[in-house]
Amino acid sequence: MTTELGVITPQTLHIESPLLLSSGLILPRYDLTYETYGQLNASASNGILICHALSGDHHVAGLDANNKPGWWNEYIGPGKPIDTNQFFVVCSNNLGGCHGSTGPATLNPDTGKVYGPDFPIVTCRDWVNSQNELRKHLGIDQWAALIGGSMGGMQVLQWAIDYPDKLKHAIVIAAAPKLSAQNIAFNEVARRAIMTDPDFHEGRFLEHNTIPKQGLAQARMLGHLTYLSDDMMGAKFGRERRKEELQYNYEVEFQVESYLRYQGEKFATTQNFDANTYLLMTKALDYFDPASEFEHDLSKTLALATAKFFVVAFTTDWRFSPARSHEIVKALLDNDADVSYAEIGSEHGHDAFLLPNDHYEGVFRAYMQRVICDMPSQDTKLSTAPKAEK
Amino acid sequence: MSHITPEFKLISEWIQPNSRVLDLGCGDGQLLQHLITTYGVTGYGMEIDSAKNIQAIEKGLNVIHSDLNSHDLCDYFDKDSFDYVIMTQALQIVSRPDELLEDMLATGKQIIITFPNFGHWRNRAQLLFKGHMPRTDTLPYHWYDTPNIHMCTFNDFEALCEEKGIEVVARTVVNVAHRKTLGMSIAPNWLGEVALYKVQKKTA
Repeated sequence: MTTELGVITPQTLHIESPLLLSSGLILPRYDLTYETYGQLNASASNGILICHALSGDHHVAGLDANNKPGWWNEYIGPGKPIDTNQFFVVCSNNLGGCHGSTGPATLNPDTGKVYGPDFPIVTCRDWVNSQNELRKHLGIDQWAALIGGSMGGMQVLQWAIDYPDKLKHAIVIAAAPKLSAQNIAFNEVARRAIMTDPDFHEGRFLEHNTIPKQGLAQARMLGHLTYLSDDMMGAKFGRERRKEELQYNYEVEFQVESYLRYQGEKFATTQNFDANTYLLMTKALDYFDPASEFEHDLSKTLALATAKFFVVAFTTDWRFSPARSHEIVKALLDNDADVSYAEIGSEHGHDAFLLPNDHYEGVFRAYMQRVICDMPSQDTKLSTAPKAEK
Repeated sequence: MSHITPEFKLISEWIQPNSRVLDLGCGDGQLLQHLITTYGVTGYGMEIDSAKNIQAIEKGLNVIHSDLNSHDLCDYFDKDSFDYVIMTQALQIVSRPDELLEDMLATGKQIIITFPNFGHWRNRAQLLFKGHMPRTDTLPYHWYDTPNIHMCTFNDFEALCEEKGIEVVARTVVNVAHRKTLGMSIAPNWLGEVALYKVQKKTA
């Protein structure tokens, strides 16, 4: 039986040790905002870190102060596939994000103004290095598992390569070992939409008391489109029109146009998502290519990883298709690594990784049992289920 | 130790301890789990069915969810990656058994394969006297809903092996209860219901 976590209060870790970024720049100090669910056991062996996707944040489960459920609440909680009666689940807002962790929208202590475009571009590796500080702070020597979808899945791969002894299991969902030219091209169109918005002001829009709403909305429309499958859009909208008669103008004619505009508008006006963060996250995705340091040989790259892997892909995902997950699986098989792979039948495209699905939930539950089995035995049974955190 | 089917028990007898095994169409992973716990083998299972996939993951096995009709084994594994590639009761359901057999021989040093014998006298009798496609305990389906799209007899299989330069290392012919009888050893292609073959590439 599953129950809900209740309202979760985010926490912030102030990190005073400087972070050397992939770009060569140094971030002297920074904050990471995170949430936790469940209880860390006595030997700190039940920690799970969830890595969020492009527009995600640290609020992955339970309710926030406005009673909004976390972005993966379906899968995390008491009795859910990632069972908070068993695990201590952590999720942090990525560095450069805009929901609490230091990023373009936070104050630069050196200038007293928001960073804006002066915030350095960070990479997946930088995120992993910063999250490693959080790991130390929480007193966790080794994560029982790292779990991430899409961009979060890439972060999990980076963790497994950079800190092999710091995780037992790596769960990589709807991800890819690097972006394709098409993936980068989509990101570039999104960035151009934002950067050519007259309200962008070279990234200093907050100083001008405005935000590049149009650009953000267009970036989101494009992004959203790539997360859906052709079949599902066909089933949902087809060629359905707003009005019976053709209008022969440039207003919304088809329902799908209306839907996309609504999605873009909602993102740009209600999500409070910083445009510079959007640019930064897409750049971090573009730069992600761990094999580039190993003669572009993914097998050699993943030879460093010692975690057990569970790789998941979705049949209609064309943003990061099953073929991309295959590349990861093949590289792991080349190393005789412990790896399981599931290809989930879903009509929902890339978005499927966030949605309820029996097969997905089934393999997830089954695999998480394995994560529990690999935890030291005295810790597998917590005496009492932790109460919902109020 | 978990209870295993007689067929899996017979297969197990052919496996060297601590070897590397690939189980194609591993189902819920019963055989692979048995080989791991009893013989210390390592390796992977492959399975297309979602529900069985979940059961195999529950057993803690490394299992790759894959459709062998749309992927080649070499998409996943290098040449000679395994000591044994096993496929039980699935050769007859794939779209090109001959090609899969070659793939298996490239991936494993030896392959172990089991399949029902279409040449069993009951099948022959049903076709000869009733004029209908056979339905038996081993082959319970109708002609139109059977997953067994490439049925063969033991003779057919051995002819294919001969043609492809495949050496039959061992063969066990049993009835549906996986017992051997004297008759089966005299006239296997008439009396055997299920065959277990261990084959490898012929050495030049």
